[in-house]
Amino acid sequence: MKKWLPWIVFAVFTIWLGGSFRTPPDKAYDYQEFGRLPIIAEGRAKPLDSVARNALLQLREKQTANLEPWKEWYQNPKIIPAIEWLATVMMKPEVADTWPEFRIDNPDVKGLLNLPANPDEKLQRDGKHFSWLQIQPKLADLKREAQRASEVEASRRNSYDQALLTLWNAQQVYNHLKGTLGPAAGGDLDNDLKAYEDKFFTARTAFAANQRGQAFDTNSLNWLMDQVEAPLIVPVLKEDSRTSWKRAVESVAMTANTGSPVDPALVAYSAISKAYRAGQPAEFNAAVQDYRAQLAMDFAPELKQMRSEQFFNFFEPFYKAMILYLCAFLLVLAYWFEPAKWNWMRQAAIALVLLGLAVHTGGLIWRMVLQGRPPVTNLYSSAIFIGWGATILGLLLEGFWRNSIGVVVSAIMGFLTLIIAHHLSLSGDTMEMLRAVLDTNFWLATHVVVVTLGYASTFVAGLLAITYIIQGVFTRSLTPDMSKSVARMIYGIVCFAALFSFVGTVLGGIWADQSWGRFWGWDPKENGAVIIVLWNALILHARWGGMVRERGLACLAIVGNIVTSWSWFGVNMLGIGLHSYGFTSAAFIWLVAFIVSQLVIMGFGLMPKRYWQSFNSALEAPEAADGKRKPAPAGARA
Amino acid sequence: MLDRIAKFFTSLRLTVACLGIGVVVVFLGTLAQVDDGLYLAQAKWFRSFFVWWGPRGAHWHIPIFPGGYLVGGVLLINLIAAHIKRFQLTAKKFGINLLHAGIILLLLGQLATDLLSRETQMRFNQGQTLKYSESAGKSELVFLTDAAKPGEDKVVSVPESMLKTGVEIADQNLPVKVRVQAFYPNSTVRARGPMVDTGPPPATQGVGAKAAVASEPETRDTDKRNFPSAVIELIGKSGSLGTWLVSEYPAFPETPQEFSVGDKTWRLALRGRREYLPYTMKLLAMTNDYYPGTDIPKNYQSRVRIENPSRGENREVDIYMNNPLRYAGQTFYQYQMNSEEARANPTESVLQVVRNPGWVTPYLGCLMVGGGMAYQFLFHLWGFISKRRRA
Repeated sequence: MKKWLPWIVFAVFTIWLGGSFRTPPDKAYDYQEFGRLPIIAEGRAKPLDSVARNALLQLREKQTANLEPWKEWYQNPKIIPAIEWLATVMMKPEVADTWPEFRIDNPDVKGLLNLPANPDEKLQRDGKHFSWLQIQPKLADLKREAQRASEVEASRRNSYDQALLTLWNAQQVYNHLKGTLGPAAGGDLDNDLKAYEDKFFTARTAFAANQRGQAFDTNSLNWLMDQVEAPLIVPVLKEDSRTSWKRAVESVAMTANTGSPVDPALVAYSAISKAYRAGQPAEFNAAVQDYRAQLAMDFAPELKQMRSEQFFNFFEPFYKAMILYLCAFLLVLAYWFEPAKWNWMRQAAIALVLLGLAVHTGGLIWRMVLQGRPPVTNLYSSAIFIGWGATILGLLLEGFWRNSIGVVVSAIMGFLTLIIAHHLSLSGDTMEMLRAVLDTNFWLATHVVVVTLGYASTFVAGLLAITYIIQGVFTRSLTPDMSKSVARMIYGIVCFAALFSFVGTVLGGIWADQSWGRFWGWDPKENGAVIIVLWNALILHARWGGMVRERGLACLAIVGNIVTSWSWFGVNMLGIGLHSYGFTSAAFIWLVAFIVSQLVIMGFGLMPKRYWQSFNSALEAPEAADGKRKPAPAGARA
Repeated sequence: MLDRIAKFFTSLRLTVACLGIGVVVVFLGTLAQVDDGLYLAQAKWFRSFFVWWGPRGAHWHIPIFPGGYLVGGVLLINLIAAHIKRFQLTAKKFGINLLHAGIILLLLGQLATDLLSRETQMRFNQGQTLKYSESAGKSELVFLTDAAKPGEDKVVSVPESMLKTGVEIADQNLPVKVRVQAFYPNSTVRARGPMVDTGPPPATQGVGAKAAVASEPETRDTDKRNFPSAVIELIGKSGSLGTWLVSEYPAFPETPQEFSVGDKTWRLALRGRREYLPYTMKLLAMTNDYYPGTDIPKNYQSRVRIENPSRGENREVDIYMNNPLRYAGQTFYQYQMNSEEARANPTESVLQVVRNPGWVTPYLGCLMVGGGMAYQFLFHLWGFISKRRRA
């Protein structure tokens, strides 16, 4: 029976994964199919589904819309998928305006907008989520304050400034989406087109008046600004470009100026909206299908890509891998209670890590194909890649030593990095476009990948060191053999880390030489990378010179964790330098907490041997079974 | 005694100590950039033997920490000494030797770059031809007059380092004596407002008589640059010729201001220090690409024509992001402007021009270190695996 248990665990989780291989069919409106329609937003073509999810992330840090946030989860609040929310925003904005989808936590911002901060179930409010109708009356105040906050230097903004800018951005995202369909939003293009044109020309007059410094109609101008910054909805095929699409407003302006026929995309969206507004699912689905058929003539590759990305959104491979790693970790924890009897748990954990790695790898490759890029393009994807590399390293260690240390490293690293990635993804589109200097697959594939593997291996060495110290100090299970083998693991991984971080860093220098004309500029990110190289070199030399043995090696490797987390996140928080591509202030608190935790563990590691449970017991035991053990076993001179 | 010194410089403990101090120097030097800006922090922490500290305003300062040059230098000596002492030409040591030789090359190469490399810029508009590049950080005060050969100028240049408030500069090449009345390392210049500027103008002659100049704090931001201005008094044989305002501020007229000494007309300007090239470059076209519907730059690209009569060359070439042009010992990089600048001036291109004789060392060094490490680790890994197999 026990022989089969790992396989049974494996099978159960495989079935769980298999259940997500089809998007569940919609009951009435075929939102899934609607979500696969293409649009260009933030510089790239993506399915409406992605636009919807990213917008909600920016509004409320979730990929779904909660219509009843005042209810607790067990009261079954009405939660709808992102795409349904987007359909409503685009086609029934008067309804969407009443939904409380803007999350505001900062009390000063609530005060500024005169919003009720106290939750009250009877009045259907939770004090955190607000609707556009609640925000709009104070829009002018918000704008003025956000303008002020935007002029404050990024590193000097306080949490109120930050919250203002977040809300201002959310407001823009929301209103741009409302303007996406232009005259087609109302579902009656024939009648609405003329009114829209008139509105456009009035707004253009207001714009011109503003340019000349004369009096102008603010509302009209604001409306125009939302229209001209909306995503690009009208596909245009040019000989040299598949992405020179138009906004609805541009299409209308062109029609009005040149008398060219109305773009078929607007006609199609108008039909979709008409059915949607009238509450006719069958007609809605047919209109969506009609438009898809029309697109299929010129934009078949894009449609295929949209389908793929929408499924990727739905399948959430990294989330699934995270759960698998977590389960694997729990299994190893259980295994440690009875290592002699429950070896099947270790094997089952390995099976789950392998399964998680398969999903993780699949997701990684999928992303690469969708984006047409090497695996690491931003902070988010670096977290995913570090987890991937570390998991493989852990499995390799497990393959060599078969003592559960490797698999626990895999599970923890996989889980933690994917959690970090999840939090990084909350800021919006994770497949954002790369600014000019970063737009090079060659250097992304070499420098970035290698240096990220350097991070991954340094973290693995650090985590091994943590298990060494915790096992040694708090349990009696760190036998001299175990101690020796974990130290060898740390040493081996540090060698790899030194290689990867060095080569990666120098490749980065060469890239800088290619693009900025200097090999080394002491930019914070470069400094962070070189610190990792220096530290790994220090560990190796200290060991070769006999300055540290097993315990000292573990303590030094933990500093490697601090150094790497600094390079990975800390330098981005300095707000200077050419490399700083991701700043989050919540991350700062976590970074500090992480560093403190590492120092505490190091403190344990530096305690005299007599306080170590493992060494203590080894000292007490006169002679171990193999009879070869020396009285003071594991190395101590730190 | 000599023995002890040798032992000290060849010891692994020294290596570890240097690496540790190196980590701290790099870390603190990075933090210092927040307040000091990149260039100042770099000079203070990395391009120095000691990091100095003194109370604000005081004239004394003391070394408080070893600087980058000291740590790197000791590490280099340590590395070379240890290898002289322990060098073995065996298969087992091959990787170690190779990788450390690579590190020596990298350190020396960086030192060479620090000492020898020069960075200038070419800023031109579509259709414009340049035969020089200009320093973005260092300025010169130039006096120009027609040379004997028509179409060419005689240039007398006073480097920025000599321009200090209150200094008087005299030289036989200069037609006049120059007294620096005021020098602003960073400044803005604008036209005098009738109601706002009630005081006397900064200068009596030329542009300065109708302008207002304001001193600005020196910028430490890597994306911004300083615009120096100076008010100078020219003193001829028969006394003062008046005062002039010269400035590098973008709105300041580029055409040099004129004055006469005897029968000769001289022109006067403050500008980025120029390095003349033995060839010319013409900007044929500047292309700015953005991702559709956004302000996110995708690519900047300059098409230029190089005309080099001495080599009989006349060709066109594209310079764009991550694709520099290496030509005649210099490298031309497309400079990434910020989007506002690029939007405002879509036909202007800026090329970063770098002369760095040591540019090839990192490429070689990286290959040697990477190869050496890979060899060494695989050698050990192989030994380890085969030992385990046998066990």
